[in-house]
Amino acid sequence: MRGNLRALLYLSPWLAGFVIFFVYPLVSTAYFSFQRYDLFTLEPVGLLNWEYFFKDQAAWTAIRNTLWLVVVMVPLRVLFGLGVAQLVTRLKAGAGVYRTIFYLPALVPLVAGTLGFVFLLNPGTGPVDAILSAVGLPAPDWFGDPAWSKWGLTLLGLWSIGDVMVIFMAALLDVPKQLYEAAAIDGADGWRQFTSITLPVIRPVLMFALVTGVIQTLQYFTQAEVAARVASGATDSAGSVFTPGYPDQSTLTFPQWLFQQGFRDYAMGYACVLALVLFAVAMAFTLVLLRQFRFAEEES
Amino acid sequence: MTPTARRTATRTALLWVARHALSIALALMFLGPLVFIALTALMSDRQALTSDLWPHTWNWGNFAEIFEKAPLLTWIRNTLLYSVLATAFMLVSSIPVAYALARFRFRGRRLAFLLVITTMMLPPQVVAVPIYLIWARFHLTGTLWPLILPMLLGDAFSIFLLRQFLVTIPREYSDAAKVDGCGEFRTLVRVILPMARPAIAAVALFQFFYCWNDYYGPLLYAGTDLDNWTLSLGLAAFRSVHRVQWNLTMAATLLAMAPVIIVFFFAQKVFIEGVKLTGVK
Repeated sequence: MRGNLRALLYLSPWLAGFVIFFVYPLVSTAYFSFQRYDLFTLEPVGLLNWEYFFKDQAAWTAIRNTLWLVVVMVPLRVLFGLGVAQLVTRLKAGAGVYRTIFYLPALVPLVAGTLGFVFLLNPGTGPVDAILSAVGLPAPDWFGDPAWSKWGLTLLGLWSIGDVMVIFMAALLDVPKQLYEAAAIDGADGWRQFTSITLPVIRPVLMFALVTGVIQTLQYFTQAEVAARVASGATDSAGSVFTPGYPDQSTLTFPQWLFQQGFRDYAMGYACVLALVLFAVAMAFTLVLLRQFRFAEEES
Repeated sequence: MTPTARRTATRTALLWVARHALSIALALMFLGPLVFIALTALMSDRQALTSDLWPHTWNWGNFAEIFEKAPLLTWIRNTLLYSVLATAFMLVSSIPVAYALARFRFRGRRLAFLLVITTMMLPPQVVAVPIYLIWARFHLTGTLWPLILPMLLGDAFSIFLLRQFLVTIPREYSDAAKVDGCGEFRTLVRVILPMARPAIAAVALFQFFYCWNDYYGPLLYAGTDLDNWTLSLGLAAFRSVHRVQWNLTMAATLLAMAPVIIVFFFAQKVFIEGVKLTGVK
């Protein structure tokens, strides 16, 4: 009993935070989703906000864009991170220097990195398109073309895979060396060794990287917002209002639409509907992750 | 040498060359954007709009000019205030929580840990509306305090990471301290904290740079008054608000990156070890 009290004392700051910044807001969000609220008047509207959600074209565009990033960018980042980690752990000389270089972009502030990429991929000013057309590849107007803007964001995502790489490097170095030696004696080539030894051993880490990648991408906000703002040349002067998604709503993600509704258009009740949808999806992936932690706990 | 041995040797050599060639190519691609930003930052505004890569003239004055075009010093001061206070508050509130989760036996310990992971994974946008309304009631919207004050109540990611490290410290150390008559709190401060220095350094750096780089938080709370903005916020609006050229925008971009890159070179190990802790183990 004394132990429980002592634990309560140590945990009290976090418990207070959990109630104030998680439980209360969540309940409150559910309540507001049935209200019309614009910071001044509060009016119950029943299911109106929910009905509107199913008719809201922009919300569904935002869902499609976010899904695109989850389905295309997340796996590409995980694969690329694994590939780079595989390469660095095999290097005998200079591994430390390469690790530093490959990790560095992960620390670059998102706004700064995005600004750099918009300028870098701009056909008129950056070298990327010149190089692409020199080798006979198409040279798109990345952040100005709705068909390519999400690929531009994906390139930015691939540039900053440092965290993923480090987690994979740690996992790869944990694979027992004898397994590879035994496989080599049995005549298994590199690819066989990878699929039958490396993959099974690092599978939990792979799952972890995928699930956390999905959850991070569900929050995808800054890069899309800054890229659209800079590429569209939006001015914040009077009379011009920034709308996210440039070009042509192609970079509009779900959290951006939520922010737009709640804090730019002050449709706070409707924003709460969007928040609950986001919560449901994020929670589903979090449960997958929690199961993994439970397994890891039981093993240790 | 037998023919098979020679073949293996040739293959090993070829693999070595291939790996290093690939590594060098990748390194160029990873460093390219940074070099490109630095070069553009030094160009004249006219040249920045062309596709020439090498500055015709080296305009070091660009770095002075950005301070005249925008209230950069105010933004840097605000960003520092946010980052330093949030980090200090986070450490004070999160370390005891992590310690309790790692060491104490009590009812609901597992549930508490699972809830920490859940809040860590929750997209901040989910609960944004009610939390915004709380701060509006205290008339704190339009300032950075709504981003700093909650750190007094612990940060889920930091608690998680510290807990992952603390469980690896063998129990014998704290048991020995208790035999010597140390209470639980004294044991934490005298024995555990010194041993947990690498993890504490890692969460402090992560928190500091999270705040330094944060865009969403200040966008929500800092309001329209430029004097309350942070560097990230100012940088995103830099080109449009002040109608300045790309070369100056890149100079400001470089300025925002520089502290992060410099600290990383000095504290690389701390970062890498910290990231490793975030993986399942």
